Amino acid sequence: MKVRLDEKSGHYGSGMPALDRLLWRIHMDLPLMLALVLLSAVGLFILYSASGENIQTLYRQATRIGLGLTAMFFMAQISPQSWKRWTPRVYITGIILLVAVIIFGDTSKGAQRWLDLGLIKFQPSELMKLALPMMVAWFLSEKPLPPRMRNLLVCTVIIIVPVVMVAKQPDLGTSLLIAAAGLFTLYLAGLNLRLLMASLVGAGVMAYPVWEYVLRDYQKQRIMTFLNPENDPLGSGYHIIQSKIAVGSGGVYGKGWLNGTQSQLDFLPERNTDFIFAVFTEEFGFIGAILLFTLYLFVILRGLYIAVQAQDTYSRLLAGSLSLTFFVYVFVNTGMVIGLLPVVGVPLPLVSYGGTSIVTLMASFGLLMSIHTHRKLLSP
Amino acid sequence: MNDSNKTASFRIRRFLLLGLVISFAVLLSWRAVDLHVVQHDFLKYQGDSRHLRVVKVAAHRGNITDRDGEPLAVSTPVVSVWANPQELMAERKAVAKLARILNMRVDRINRLIARHGGREFAYIKRHINPDVADKIQQADLPGIYTQREYRRYYPAGEVASHLVGFTNIDDVGQEGVELAYDELLSGTPGSKRVIRAGRGQLVENVESISQMQPGEDLVLSIDRRLQYLAYRELKAAVKRNKARSGTVVLLDVKTGEVLAMVNQPSFNPNRRKRGGKSRYRNRAVTDVFEPGSTIKPFTIVAALESGQYKSNTRINTAPGQLRVGKNTVRDMHDYGMLDVSRVLTKSSNVGASKIALSLDADQMWSVFRRIGIGEHTGSTFPGEVTGVLPVYKRWRQFQQATLSFGYGMSVTALQLASAYSVLAADGVKRPVSLFKLDKAPEGEQVIRAGVARSVRAMLETVLGPEGTGRKARVEGYSVAGKTGTVHKSTAGGYAEDRYISLFAGMAPANNPRLVAVVMIDEPRGEDYYGGLVAAPVFSRLMSGALRLLDVPPDRLPVLETRRDGEAQHG
Repeated sequence: MKVRLDEKSGHYGSGMPALDRLLWRIHMDLPLMLALVLLSAVGLFILYSASGENIQTLYRQATRIGLGLTAMFFMAQISPQSWKRWTPRVYITGIILLVAVIIFGDTSKGAQRWLDLGLIKFQPSELMKLALPMMVAWFLSEKPLPPRMRNLLVCTVIIIVPVVMVAKQPDLGTSLLIAAAGLFTLYLAGLNLRLLMASLVGAGVMAYPVWEYVLRDYQKQRIMTFLNPENDPLGSGYHIIQSKIAVGSGGVYGKGWLNGTQSQLDFLPERNTDFIFAVFTEEFGFIGAILLFTLYLFVILRGLYIAVQAQDTYSRLLAGSLSLTFFVYVFVNTGMVIGLLPVVGVPLPLVSYGGTSIVTLMASFGLLMSIHTHRKLLSP
Repeated sequence: MNDSNKTASFRIRRFLLLGLVISFAVLLSWRAVDLHVVQHDFLKYQGDSRHLRVVKVAAHRGNITDRDGEPLAVSTPVVSVWANPQELMAERKAVAKLARILNMRVDRINRLIARHGGREFAYIKRHINPDVADKIQQADLPGIYTQREYRRYYPAGEVASHLVGFTNIDDVGQEGVELAYDELLSGTPGSKRVIRAGRGQLVENVESISQMQPGEDLVLSIDRRLQYLAYRELKAAVKRNKARSGTVVLLDVKTGEVLAMVNQPSFNPNRRKRGGKSRYRNRAVTDVFEPGSTIKPFTIVAALESGQYKSNTRINTAPGQLRVGKNTVRDMHDYGMLDVSRVLTKSSNVGASKIALSLDADQMWSVFRRIGIGEHTGSTFPGEVTGVLPVYKRWRQFQQATLSFGYGMSVTALQLASAYSVLAADGVKRPVSLFKLDKAPEGEQVIRAGVARSVRAMLETVLGPEGTGRKARVEGYSVAGKTGTVHKSTAGGYAEDRYISLFAGMAPANNPRLVAVVMIDEPRGEDYYGGLVAAPVFSRLMSGALRLLDVPPDRLPVLETRRDGEAQHG
């Protein structure tokens, strides 16, 4: 396969163009990087509008993107083999930090998510977004595939422990993403489809006790509100109604940059963060939304392509899982903004204002690039 | 499971996954189409209805000026602060801050909010100055809003307050011209579409839906200089004579315009107090009185019109009283033989009665009617009354006698002035106007010119050496006029010691420009005769007015060569 690619395009051989060779050497993937930079640029653009033309907000976000790109660069330099070796330690560290949050964590807005490290505040659940798929991939890569029942049970434990800890913080959005990352890894490893179906049905049955005993009131409220936002237009339905209006009133071509009335006039809540997509579509319309979707789709497909190209099980499982998690990210956020899904606190990746998630995301793309560029291309 | 099987399984898996991603992407796109295109109109309407609002634009109320354009009532923009109590209720900090800016007590604001708790609108403070309003707007307090309004100012204050009237805090006319011409003055408020932000503050004007139509300006007929003069003289006279009230009306003979109309007591329309509503009355048109001797000239008009009398026809008034049925008409003194002219000079009730009783009732009634007794003057002033003139068919003899010297009928000061204008204008009657006229209106000849002139000549003798109105004289001008001293009618008859002092007259007598009526109600000083109380006011008013209007003097100063006797009963 590697050789065929080489023969067909002549891309990665000795005749590689200078830029490609350079990027290869510093372990960057040009298409992915271009798409990510473009997304970040769009993000800054719309953030300027959403923040009420606040240049300070823009500077802070740009700094974070820079930090994220740096993290991506460093992640990419380390080979997947090294990452694989360190995976258990990373995972254990993640678990310990989550325990630390429970014990020492900072409480803000009623949720205990932050660990104050003096200089910076850090959200260990973000680390788990990477650590969990890495751990599942690491565990399964040494086992025969598709996984046996006994191994599946171990994986379930690996997944459930951090998911529950994060859900208890409470941070439904992140725990959902972590769970998705773990499940995707399992799926990619060849989890029996009948078993998957059975467990989904089981989950459906389990939903009742979860609703009764696990979900917090505000979480139940969100789901109820999602099902019928007009029920409570001034209370919890407010977000969704205002957001749908923002999106729909944009029309095909949008109202133009800085001209969205719903967002600029403060009707739209959380417009810098979770609902920034509504600002975007109000101002850039249907055309803008489709273009943004296309950009995201490109990133996801490129990630899946990297997974297909990966040369070992660990890399393949990890790359696939990370790409699909990114997809869940986009889908859950946009689905929430346009009223397809309940309001779950998931930011629009690379666009929403907010620090940790951008750095984590960029780091995960660093992993993808590492996987892609550390392949042995010229093996006979 | 062999390798090829495995590979196949993973290929299916891969397609499944790809299918999943693509189908979700399609789902998102479909939803986007749904919102952006299918539901666009609905959602756009929803969005617009959230931030677009139609608000009223207060119309600028028309100014009221005097005939020279001097302002009598002007509007200045002010701001009123209102709150949405439901929003403000929970905001303790906002209330405290608001109280500080408005210099109000916190509990007062809280009470206001509590009283309107179930509503969405409550005024906090009306008509604040623009600088305070700016502070409120900058503070951007939740649930606090401002609105542009106009506040009315009356530069002439109490001097013209009865005539001009005033508006209430909502800029609606309550009295006077402000009330009568409220619709004309107030104009039509416009409306405009504005953008409001989520927290209610106004962001931007979008479009004007209907233009605000400012109210029309009104130019009154009064001359501010004459108004001030009349007011000053009246106020002084009322004070000097310890009178209850008083009225002065000054008319332009040639046009029927009211040049001055003042009353006492008055009020300051800029700073009204509660109660004291009686001060608001424009007595010149709302209050009637019996005209007394001031009506005698018109009895003489009827006499001259009948052909039975000439100005030198002699009438015996001895012995100074006349029995009519069971009643007696009395004069102050026994004047003996008087000619018609001297009946006016001496103001003889007996003479007037004898003349009246020799006339047909309808002849007298017709004259009174023609000069406007018992009718509106045409001033259109709110609350104007017509007074009473009994129908001649029911006149009894004694009534016919008393009507001849002005008892048993009632007039307003403005009516009386209008009646005297007829004499002054050679028998032509013109409607009274409170507004400046471009040209004199067509009058109606209601009295023959010759009759009017000869009565005017008789009225000149009232200011002559033997007359009752000597104190009404104006240096340099000939004046014709008549005094009146009226017993006030009370329940059960006429009061012995309560009077109304009157003087009605015109100048210059040969070609009158101005007519004035001075009415002093219940003078409680030493004097109460019209010739002593009202006539001096007339004199000072006329002398000032004639000079201000540049009316050329028609008479050299008269040297008083002999001392006159007592002033006579009017």
